[in-house]
Amino acid sequence: MITREKLAGGLAFLFAAAAAPLAPEWVVSLATIAFANALVVLGLVVLWRTGLVSFGQALYYCIGAYTVALIVRWSGFTDAFALVALGGVGAGIVAALVGFLLARYREIFFAMLSLALSMILYGVLVKTETLGSTDGFSVSTPSFLGYRPHGEALGLSLYWFTLAIDAVAAVLVGAYFRSVAGSLATPIRDNEIRVEFLGVSVTRIIHTKVVIAGVLGGLGGALAALTIGHVDPAMSYWTTSGGFVFVTILAGAGSVAAAFVGSLVFEMVRSFAVDIMPGLWQMVLGSVLLLTILFLPDGLGSLVARLRKREEAKP
Amino acid sequence: MKEAVNGDKPILAVRDLEKTFGSVVAARDITVSVPAEQTVGVIGANGAGKTTFVNMITGHLTPSKGTILFEDKDITGMPSREITQLGISRSFQVAQIFPTLSVFDNMVIAAAVARRAGGLLGNVTTPVHSPDAIAEADATIDLFQIDRYRNTTASQLPQGVRKLLDIGMAVVGWPRLLLLDEPTSGISIEEKFDLMNVVMSALKTRKITVLFVEHDMEIVARFADRVLAFYDGTVIADGTAHETLDNPRVQELISGVRKPGGAHA
Repeated sequence: MITREKLAGGLAFLFAAAAAPLAPEWVVSLATIAFANALVVLGLVVLWRTGLVSFGQALYYCIGAYTVALIVRWSGFTDAFALVALGGVGAGIVAALVGFLLARYREIFFAMLSLALSMILYGVLVKTETLGSTDGFSVSTPSFLGYRPHGEALGLSLYWFTLAIDAVAAVLVGAYFRSVAGSLATPIRDNEIRVEFLGVSVTRIIHTKVVIAGVLGGLGGALAALTIGHVDPAMSYWTTSGGFVFVTILAGAGSVAAAFVGSLVFEMVRSFAVDIMPGLWQMVLGSVLLLTILFLPDGLGSLVARLRKREEAKP
Repeated sequence: MKEAVNGDKPILAVRDLEKTFGSVVAARDITVSVPAEQTVGVIGANGAGKTTFVNMITGHLTPSKGTILFEDKDITGMPSREITQLGISRSFQVAQIFPTLSVFDNMVIAAAVARRAGGLLGNVTTPVHSPDAIAEADATIDLFQIDRYRNTTASQLPQGVRKLLDIGMAVVGWPRLLLLDEPTSGISIEEKFDLMNVVMSALKTRKITVLFVEHDMEIVARFADRVLAFYDGTVIADGTAHETLDNPRVQELISGVRKPGGAHA
């Protein structure tokens, strides 16, 4: 069963990589953003499985983005591999620090405290005029181990680069879900007392999850900064966090792959909605969310589980 | 008989244990030594100090005075998680299980946690469904005779099976000492003996030393090699089940047996 899932994931990855040169440029760029954001969603899935919702993942997204942008601006260093890694590390360090506080809270308190922390960063960035205040500032074109593509080649390079990081993240998070720490998600949601009595520190496990989600958020932000070529404080604003939670509900916490599919579907729906009814696109997104909650409470990922169940039911 | 096999070295040795909450003395002057593989019943009225005693051994309360030795190691005041890892496990008055998971998943997670690699990354690098953990979980499910419910979601289980699962999850990590807090509470009278038969034979198979808190004197008489009677925070009687239960003070203060010719209690 697991091997079948891995096979499907691998094939989907190869297809996504191979199809890109045939797709129009705007689709590639849309998919790049979607797959960058999917990392943030994957982080939310890690938390969600434990019953924790963060309304402040934009904090790590923004830190990842600004880390990349600031390094490029101050040093002129443009290697995407190092920049994105540093974006992840920067966000991971912040997550490790705030994790000491966050790991002690649950439910709405965890959600709102995360939101508050992201809004503090937003406030600071808005007031920092040297960093362009609300306008932010632009990020120059990245290079890939000395390769400096332009135009269409740059778009494709960023896309494949994002896809490669996604694949690594998906494999690692998948392994984490199968580990003792990862599989304690439902137990922690069900009964923290029992988990403690098994000899495991719930606080430490949740702290680890906050850091994993933070690193993923930072990677996503770093990739987004390079893809968009610009950073601004709105990356830390609560509506950005809300968007990630939206996608998490759409995707569901059932599988790693759902985060990527969900994120892609979200970007597609949003761009079509903006295209078709520019004034009412939020309403379309709202309706999609409503329908998801009503008819697919476990998200897009649960469709696969449903199909499998139907398949097993056949004689 | 068991003492002879294991020599007189106790697996658990408690000395002069005391616990005070402000001016309230919850436990005092408790000195008990338990040889390996003995089954010890702990009786006493509510508030007599039984649970305080159990909680001090498992590390959930830090004693105000005294020492606790487990296999000659001083565990007094050690955090409960470390005590669990040393080989002391416990079950609960109200079964503590993971209601949304199946019986097997409950058990395999407990097994994987108990067998996880040490170190900072032990939780992350140990897979939960390792062949060892799966085998251990299934063996324990069989041992507690709940294989019929292997794939049932825990929230759907009958009360007795919940108890067995709870105790099984405490046993799956091969502890040497197990503390059972009222294993038969919430179980109907007809089912109590069957439940205890399953539990006690499982624990005997695994050679586990048991301390169990119990209110039902028939259960105590039947299953305990030795009985400690608590009253007012201390042990007022300690001996074989017969000796303790026949002790007049125990009868008067705890078991509520009417003295011959006495008035209605």
